[in-house]
Amino acid sequence: MRIISQYAIPVMVVFIIAYGFLKKTDVYGAFAEGASSGLRSVVNIIPPVLGLFAAIGVFRASGAMELLAALLRPVTNFLNIPESLVSFALLRPVSGSGSLAMANDIFVNEGVDSFAAKTASVMMGSTETTFYTLAVYFGAVGIKNTSYAMKCALFADFVCFVVSMWICRLLF
Amino acid sequence: MLNYIWIFMMIISFVSAAITGRMDETLQAFLDSGKKTFDFVLSVGGIMAMWSGFMAVAEKSCLTEKISFFLSPVISLLFSNVKKKSPAARAISMNMVANFFGLANAATPLGIQAMKELDLLNKGKGASHDMCMLAVINSASIQLIPSTLIAMRSAAGSANPGEIILPIWIASVITAASGIIAVKLCGAGEKL
Repeated sequence: MRIISQYAIPVMVVFIIAYGFLKKTDVYGAFAEGASSGLRSVVNIIPPVLGLFAAIGVFRASGAMELLAALLRPVTNFLNIPESLVSFALLRPVSGSGSLAMANDIFVNEGVDSFAAKTASVMMGSTETTFYTLAVYFGAVGIKNTSYAMKCALFADFVCFVVSMWICRLLF
Repeated sequence: MLNYIWIFMMIISFVSAAITGRMDETLQAFLDSGKKTFDFVLSVGGIMAMWSGFMAVAEKSCLTEKISFFLSPVISLLFSNVKKKSPAARAISMNMVANFFGLANAATPLGIQAMKELDLLNKGKGASHDMCMLAVINSASIQLIPSTLIAMRSAAGSANPGEIILPIWIASVITAASGIIAVKLCGAGEKL
């Protein structure tokens, strides 16, 4: 497993360059051209990322997440869902680094092999940061009306939450 | 919808800050977000440009064409307006490959490239069905090995850090499938 993740990038890089060389492509020229257009994409994603970071920053610092989790408490207590998991599920689609830090908090506070820690791990690994992905992808091409993309992505995140808990209850 | 969620988050946060008495921290977080954005862009911008460069090499040498050939059944199943061998199909294939190997910093610029190609095919003003599909697939991405997570679990002293891999695969597939079905249903509903 470790070997695959360690060698994935080097093998890809060498393979792409060697293939280009064998096909008599101007490898370095193509690389410089592509990197330049990539840099323009990077500039395009700055405004959506700025908006997102501002919203996530105030959302986490203000305690709004805890208030929301408290509002959901009657339902989640009834379903016997640990409170840390509810906060984690609320943060997961919003902030990648934030939810990674929170997963680590759960590992430390409740034990890395607890139900909450395992479920948080599964949720962490089986979905991406929805808001970031949508903001960046649509922001880069300047589309403001995202149609039904957000609805569907959040639906998938909700399914992920339910399925992760279900699998962890079943397997562990 | 991104618009409403953003408005909701901004307003609810400052209101909550007033209630919980955390206005100082909240204001600080608000002001810090500018610096955080540029820190983030500086830390990933270079590697994103780098992968765009390698993508261009693979494109020029017709390697992406070969890869998209293998993925074309999947692509034509998911994306209704993407033709085989088109630039959009090639960009989407590379994005999928990068996601699969967990190369997040490579997947993003490749995905943006694919988004640009889909935007050229887009007739309406808002996001097309195919653009929604690409965004949803990427937000529910399927990853082979969650290496960061396993490292974190092992650092926290887990008895078996890797035991979450199989559950992650199962959950990933179900999550991605539910997202794809949701997009398909919304797209079908739009046509009626």
